[in-house]
Amino acid sequence: MARRLDRNTVLFFGGALVLFAVVQVLISVGVLTDYYSNILRIGAVMAIVSLGLNLIYGFNGQFSLGQWGFYAIGAYAAADLTYRWKLHDASGVAVLLMVVLLVGVALWGLGRLLSKIRGLDILSAFGLYLVAVFAAAVVGVRLGGLLTGPLTSVLTALPAGLASQIVFFIAIILGGLVAAEVAYLFGLPVLTLGSDYFGIATLGLTVIVKVLLDNSDTMFGFEEMKGARGMIGIPHQTTWAWVFFFLMIVVVVTRNLLHSSEGRAIISVREDEIASKAMGINVANYKTLTFVLGSLFAGIAGALYAHINGFLHPDNFNFIRSFDPMIIIVFGGLGSVTGTVTAAFGWAILLEGVLRLFLPSGFETWRFVVYPLLLLIMMLLRPSGLLGGVELPFLKQLMPPLRAAAKRPEGAKGGQA
Amino acid sequence: MSAATSSDARTPVLQIHGLTKYFGGLKAVSDFDLTIREKELVGLIGPNGAGKTTVFNMITGIYVPSAGSVGFYGTELSEMPPFAITRLGIARTFQNIRLFPNLTVLDNVRIAYHPHAGYNLVDAVLRNGKFSSHERLLTERAQEFLAVFNLEDRQAEIARNLPYGEQRRLEIARALAAEPKLLLLDEPAAGMNPAEVATLMELIHFIRDRFNLTILLIEHQMRVVMGICEWMSVMDFGEVIARGTPQEIQANQKVIEAYLGRGAAALSQKLREKRTHAA
Repeated sequence: MARRLDRNTVLFFGGALVLFAVVQVLISVGVLTDYYSNILRIGAVMAIVSLGLNLIYGFNGQFSLGQWGFYAIGAYAAADLTYRWKLHDASGVAVLLMVVLLVGVALWGLGRLLSKIRGLDILSAFGLYLVAVFAAAVVGVRLGGLLTGPLTSVLTALPAGLASQIVFFIAIILGGLVAAEVAYLFGLPVLTLGSDYFGIATLGLTVIVKVLLDNSDTMFGFEEMKGARGMIGIPHQTTWAWVFFFLMIVVVVTRNLLHSSEGRAIISVREDEIASKAMGINVANYKTLTFVLGSLFAGIAGALYAHINGFLHPDNFNFIRSFDPMIIIVFGGLGSVTGTVTAAFGWAILLEGVLRLFLPSGFETWRFVVYPLLLLIMMLLRPSGLLGGVELPFLKQLMPPLRAAAKRPEGAKGGQA
Repeated sequence: MSAATSSDARTPVLQIHGLTKYFGGLKAVSDFDLTIREKELVGLIGPNGAGKTTVFNMITGIYVPSAGSVGFYGTELSEMPPFAITRLGIARTFQNIRLFPNLTVLDNVRIAYHPHAGYNLVDAVLRNGKFSSHERLLTERAQEFLAVFNLEDRQAEIARNLPYGEQRRLEIARALAAEPKLLLLDEPAAGMNPAEVATLMELIHFIRDRFNLTILLIEHQMRVVMGICEWMSVMDFGEVIARGTPQEIQANQKVIEAYLGRGAAALSQKLREKRTHAA
């Protein structure tokens, strides 16, 4: 506990604050136009999705292409809430809040219950979970309906600006939680699959989500989502401050998690599953935990993304785009937080900024030729990624000093990082 | 059988009855019985492919037995997942070293200490006082284990980069960090030269006394176990063919046949007779 604030922590947060302030000032002054600030916000959003995927693939070793599906779930869930609130209707917030809460309780409760039963096969357990989730969701919708009236009056009593920010914040959190709960449910049967099969199954999830979104208006009655025509009129609430705030939280949570016994358990699964089991680690639990956490980040990123352009289209969530975060984490260096964030910003800046501006007019689409070429060259020159194995000091695991080795005559030389 | 029967007063640690494993039509282990008592150092030997590692995998829950039972201090293990078995107090090493190759030496040991970490996910994310104190404790504990194995200075090294002998020692250190009551060692001397083997055997003796362990050791080089095991079980083609003290095993006709083949066994028998005649 000694020295709570060491030099690296101060430097990291100080640096982050300066970076944030400089960009914020440039945006406020108008040096960075909407176009450029858009690129930066997209970069931050991509950094959050990719950090989630880095947890799942880079640290836990589960090759997932489902990240984009969870991103879509978060985006649409959050967009629906803020869209409704724009029309002074808190029903979205009330209903989703209750559903997420009750489904969460149902999943947790059933998990506790089923852990006591030995030898229950995975698909029967999954069936029970589905029933419980469905029941909880139905009750949640009813309760949410009851809550709508009071919640609307409370929120309208607040100043309009504050109320919409509160709704926005809740929408982001709920977007993330919905994605996390879907991930938990989906992960139950699928995480038992070996790595390649898991990849295909998660790809399936992304395809399913896209198809459901294409039909969101006709199949589920979400008129405002407008199905394949694309959802419009979502408030533009994602400011640089919001994305930066969430990015920082995700980075710090990831870092704290990874440098703990929990994090080491997660990484041991990637390193050697059998050895990890033999060391008393509940591999299935840690796979689920990582998958859920990674999807939570994806959902949060999706919610932020929805409020950048104010426009969502199912085509943005096509399965082929699942490879974007995958490319970012491999490019940045698997298992490197610094690398992932750098690569995410680099990806956004390169693809939408530099290449778009520097390629001669009429050749803008050539950036999809240049960028894979860069990727190829990169992989040939540095297979471990741009910053593979490199971390900022704050994000790096410190080696503890050697114990004051009383028995050893040469004495402790002190640890090195 | 003398060693096995003389120690009957001690509590049985591991009781295996009728353990059987089929892989498709292949009977890898059949009707395997073994009882180990507290603080015993037992060898499980046999030629390659005799089914020794399969027995280990069934004890630790990596394979589910086709039939039979494994009792650990009276708890039935055969339906339990591997992590739960480890948490009861059985740790193992692997024949072909399975470290966490890209992690540091220290983290390898700290991972094994995970079930005893004493803080949860929320504590870890919030970095509260509970996290800091427990994390420091478990790190110190891990360093103690490294010190026992003379790996203290190597804590920052990536496990994959260690020389072979140190990897073996690290694997044993890691197994001990799981705080087992029973330690299963799968061919710990594989790939070691005679001098290294001698040091290793001393080390195994030492850790048994230091950590109060019961040890079951797999080995296929008979020479290795003769020196340190109190008694041993010999397997061939999935079955136990002999049991007894090292001296009894060395003289056992079936064991010699299993190791050398029938013809060679007969030859060695003849040679021995000649020698006794000459003397």
